[in-house]
Amino acid sequence: MKDFVLMMIGAALVNNVILARFLGLCSFMGVTTRIDTAAGMGLATTFVITVSSMADWAVQHYLLDAYGLGYLRTVTFILVIASAVQFTEMTIKKVSPTLFQMLGIYLPLITTNCAVLGVALLLVEGHLSFIGATLFAFASSLGYSLVMVIFAGLRERLALVQVPRLFAGPPIAFIVASLLAMAFMGFSGISTG
Amino acid sequence: MSNNNYTTIVKDGLWDNNGVFSMLLGMCPAMAMTTSATNGFGMGLATAAVMAVSSFLVAVFRNRITQEVRIPVYILIVAAMVTLVDLAMNAWLHELYKVLGLFIPLIVSNCLPLARLESFAARQPALPSLLDGLFMGLGFTLALTAIGAVREIVGAGTLFADASLLFGPAFKVIELRLVPADMGVLMMILPPGGFLVTGLLVVVKRLLDLRAGKEIQMAGAHSVA
Repeated sequence: MKDFVLMMIGAALVNNVILARFLGLCSFMGVTTRIDTAAGMGLATTFVITVSSMADWAVQHYLLDAYGLGYLRTVTFILVIASAVQFTEMTIKKVSPTLFQMLGIYLPLITTNCAVLGVALLLVEGHLSFIGATLFAFASSLGYSLVMVIFAGLRERLALVQVPRLFAGPPIAFIVASLLAMAFMGFSGISTG
Repeated sequence: MSNNNYTTIVKDGLWDNNGVFSMLLGMCPAMAMTTSATNGFGMGLATAAVMAVSSFLVAVFRNRITQEVRIPVYILIVAAMVTLVDLAMNAWLHELYKVLGLFIPLIVSNCLPLARLESFAARQPALPSLLDGLFMGLGFTLALTAIGAVREIVGAGTLFADASLLFGPAFKVIELRLVPADMGVLMMILPPGGFLVTGLLVVVKRLLDLRAGKEIQMAGAHSVA
């Protein structure tokens, strides 16, 4: 039990998907102009990462490992992820049409969010059990959502500030992200290895 | 297609429309794999190979791919190319393969190849598409090498360290030490340095474009994939 808790803290904060592993940066820069969109995106991505990681774990164990098809991993994983995204899209459309409208084009693009494929591949490398894999994926995606919301909050403030013309837009956002990454490095003090 | 057009493709890919510094696409490997110039260079070349071949294939089959299923088809084509590059690098550039690790399969979900397929290869003939993929990829390599070089020089004081280990003994000559060891600012090699250097290099590119009398691009992250 204790192991799982430590692993989840490690996955969410210490080895944060965005700020330490550099995964999912496109959405990190693209949809963090408003807090509510960022939160919605975080929620949708959390769902996709958890579901597709569970499916990918099963595929890896019962299909690829069982038949020695390891080299087909990239292709099969991306297919599983694309289906998971499609499924999420249909669910959100049904449950919350408002959120569906808000996320718009970004929803299908979760497929090319490297955080999803990245977490799935990390799981395979980590040789985790099914429960461990699910928790790891869930914790990682919570860390992703947390950083998305924090960064969106910062950018909402940033939009009101006057910055030199050359720095306007993405460059200043990168520098803010750099400071945020520095802050998150503080969590490595509670590192569990 | 005139010569002029090919020149535009080359210039767009390498500088004017640079994938990382102008379009802000493919940021994940651009920061994760640029702890040294050598890593950035290797990562860039792997991506360029995937982009060139998949752009070519998509352009060849562009009239046979139905509009509704085009994205899955593109992703599958890219995934197949990535698998080839993955296996080839594992066989012939094993040291580099071990360093780049996770980020080779992740080329599949790099937004840059997909963005070029969607906006260029899907509409243009095979040869220009091949060139566009290749030079967009080389522009990406240039950007990654630049980010890697800055981070490596400031962070560790070396340039192209371990190039001979990763690419072969012939590359021993480009390994340099510019600043004495233990003078480096470790922070540049850690994650915050990646964001900082990328942000500053975007500013440098804007500055150079401004000097050259060009419009600077304020857009970016909004045209995301």
